[in-house]
Amino acid sequence: MQDLANTALNIALQLGATYADARVMERTVESISVKNGRVEALSSSVDSGFNVRVIVNGAWGFASSARMDLKEAQKIAGQAVAIARASALVGGKSARLSVLPPQRGSYTTPIRCDPFTVPLEEKVGLLLKADEAMRSVKGVSIATGNMEFGRERKLFASSEGSLIEQTLYDSGAAIVAEAVGDGEIQQRSYPNSFGRQAGTAGYEFVEAMNLPEHGQRIGEEAVKLLTAKQCPSGTMTIILDGPQAALQVHESCGHPIELDRVLGMEAGFVGKSFLTTDKLGTHFRYGSDAVNIVADATTPGGLGSFGWDDEGVPAQRTDIVKNGIFSGYLMSRDTAPELGLSSNGCVRADGWNRLPMIRMTNVSLLPGDWKLEDLIADTAEGLYLCTNRSWSIDDRRLNFQFGTEIGWEIKNGKLGALLKNCTYTGITPEFWGSCDAVCDDWVVWGTPNCGKGEPMQVMRTGHGAASARFRSVQVGVGKWGE
Amino acid sequence: MLEEQDVQALLEKVLGFSKATQTEVLFLGTDRSLTRFANNYIHQNVAETNTAVNVRAVLGNKIGVASTNKLDDEALRDVVERATAIAKVQPENPEFKSLPGQQAITPVNGYSEDTAAFGPEDRAQGVKVIVDRAVATGYESAGAFETTVQQVAVGNSLGVFANHVGTEAEAHVVVMADAGGSGYAQRVSMDAGNIDFEALATEAVEKAGKSRNPVELPIGEYRVVLDGYAVGEMLQYLAFMGLSALAVQEERSFMNGHFGEQVAAESVTIYDDAFDPEGLPIGFDFEGVPKQRVPLIERGVARTVVYDSFTANREGKANTGHALPAPNTFGPYPTHLMMAAGEASREDLFRGIERGVYVTRFHYCNIVHPVRTLFTGMTRDGTFLIEHGELTTPVKSFRFTQSILETLAAAEAIGKQRMQVRDYTTVVAPAIRSSKFNFTGLTQ
Repeated sequence: MQDLANTALNIALQLGATYADARVMERTVESISVKNGRVEALSSSVDSGFNVRVIVNGAWGFASSARMDLKEAQKIAGQAVAIARASALVGGKSARLSVLPPQRGSYTTPIRCDPFTVPLEEKVGLLLKADEAMRSVKGVSIATGNMEFGRERKLFASSEGSLIEQTLYDSGAAIVAEAVGDGEIQQRSYPNSFGRQAGTAGYEFVEAMNLPEHGQRIGEEAVKLLTAKQCPSGTMTIILDGPQAALQVHESCGHPIELDRVLGMEAGFVGKSFLTTDKLGTHFRYGSDAVNIVADATTPGGLGSFGWDDEGVPAQRTDIVKNGIFSGYLMSRDTAPELGLSSNGCVRADGWNRLPMIRMTNVSLLPGDWKLEDLIADTAEGLYLCTNRSWSIDDRRLNFQFGTEIGWEIKNGKLGALLKNCTYTGITPEFWGSCDAVCDDWVVWGTPNCGKGEPMQVMRTGHGAASARFRSVQVGVGKWGE
Repeated sequence: MLEEQDVQALLEKVLGFSKATQTEVLFLGTDRSLTRFANNYIHQNVAETNTAVNVRAVLGNKIGVASTNKLDDEALRDVVERATAIAKVQPENPEFKSLPGQQAITPVNGYSEDTAAFGPEDRAQGVKVIVDRAVATGYESAGAFETTVQQVAVGNSLGVFANHVGTEAEAHVVVMADAGGSGYAQRVSMDAGNIDFEALATEAVEKAGKSRNPVELPIGEYRVVLDGYAVGEMLQYLAFMGLSALAVQEERSFMNGHFGEQVAAESVTIYDDAFDPEGLPIGFDFEGVPKQRVPLIERGVARTVVYDSFTANREGKANTGHALPAPNTFGPYPTHLMMAAGEASREDLFRGIERGVYVTRFHYCNIVHPVRTLFTGMTRDGTFLIEHGELTTPVKSFRFTQSILETLAAAEAIGKQRMQVRDYTTVVAPAIRSSKFNFTGLTQ
């Protein structure tokens, strides 16, 4: 691996690059899906290759290949340089990198049980047991269970003398019960929806979920939802559970603090950000005093945890929102200098064939002191909304709309009727400004499917979050005919 | 890319390594380059050369899938062994009958030498046309220009062999003016030489200029004209919600219980056609099964959905050739979704609208309720008030929460021009006028 990287770097420098880095990566993934008592998909993939990134005449070039020999390393380095020279044809700013002393070392995700050593039969058996528990409930039409395990080995070398080797593990799983009725479909997931709950961890992470123990409960909830009350429309107090609060953080905080997006680099695709650079250091109020958010790539078990980012910057923690005040961005080596700052280590690529770019690490809402039961008891009227079902947000990350799998009315401090098709909408700083309580039930939730960039990259990010209360929120959006 | 005899030899070699009852090998080769620009300069410029070998091993009715992106014998033997080992450890799946058998495949031309030969300087020249136009107008441009050569080859132990090398070029731009103006344009073609960058830039620059100083319009239900970009994205979400046999078999599709019924206006015909040269033609699916043209909604009537071998065998229906690569939990998918053109000119679409909204494109759509075909999203890069049949004032972007079938049932006119739109998938769609579209929120 090191020979390949060194060859590529040497050729790039000989051809005129003023900076070059190379990544050699191999990702192994094992994926299991069961549905209605049967194995629906079981697969194992190994994907490896390398890339070279260069600056020539102040412009960037990047090339990659799956063929891993020294001749190919020379060819790809040359291709990266040629691409950089073509980039320079359209002019523009010269790339500048924040200073980074040469980094040397290695990092491996701390795990207790290597998921790739656990027999497949055991993993399939666990999912089928949970599947059986879901299908024991009359009315469950579709029961599914998923597990996915990843191992990423990567070597980073740069023309500045950095040389880093990392082995990162991720593990995740979830189960989903769906019930179908007369023009209605409802689902309940555990521990989280849209794929799985995941972390940088070993098989112990999945075992701790106790999936079979939750199968019957979510099955019953899915069936009850078919005949539940429709979520009311209006403006009211809501309490979000941890998984929904995590996605709220991801969409309305995690993306708008990506400095590349702020600087317009994603404008041709997903848009820009309302958190413009004039809002940093000027006491811009992002949320209420109860809102404290950090980006922390050192969070144990977080899906966005690592030793160094893919530019060789050490993992670190940055204040993003402190007592409601906007305090920091996610940055790369080529964006931080725009603000006179240095990278805070937030760059990753989702594979050897993708350009490293700013990605969320673990962007987390810090816990408060409230107990959830006390918070509900303290709420005269409102909704308790749990587990994401739908999300959408505008191109500056201001207007959002979320749907949740399930909700309950809160009346006089007690949970009341079950609610289906719950939705809520708002404007980001107004919404976080209305947050008056954060609970202590803090968990690091994994979002394994964060999309960004062109070509699209799907990244694994983490979000510590707890249940939280928001006032005067518009709920029950759209026409539901009831 | 591999020559046909070389890829056939590769597939046969892998099949020869397998001792499974049935084996399928899928080869994917990719040469992709993408030039990305923002703030009127190229900030990202990438190239990728990749291969993938995907093996599906069948032991009785147990299936294992493994993949590698290496082509040496050791890696190929290993991928077969992994697929077989995975198949061995799982329970029987009595619903699986067989991999598909050999069928004649109609050859199609989906390849352009021009696209394959496009280099980084060619892409930079295309981008420069857009950037120069934006700079000359004092606007900001951001977008991407991508050229791809993709090889798909499938072989199985029942004698299937299919090979296709196709090309795709896609360019898009958002041009941003002062005073909140912005405009979007996209072009997709098999042939990069067919992309008219001047026209692309003109479309986006003009929209950006016209959408400056937008006013706030009250939320509510409006008569709308949806441009092809918006219709294409809407149809893509309709497909996600249930144009697949798997969704129907699991009774979670909006089509369930409505086959043969009028679900959209008579003017609405939606189908999947991998042979239509307005799309990106290919003759077979990822199981090597010949593509069929599938009428999904015909003159507003719900007709059928698309099938792969698993769903077709399960239901005793004909396989329409819409498999995705194994293992596929998503089910078959209409990869060449199209809506038939109507007869309305652009002027006809706006004519007669006393007060309505023209939506040039959507942003960040998502499914709210699949059976109700309810989806949400934003309008973006140019939303306009229509008064007395004319575009009068740019308006601020709306959030919408709307049933797709309700909008299609209320379709009043269909445009005669179609465009190929690429989001997650590629869709060919015209602009439409509909009397029902529910705007539920505003952004700042």
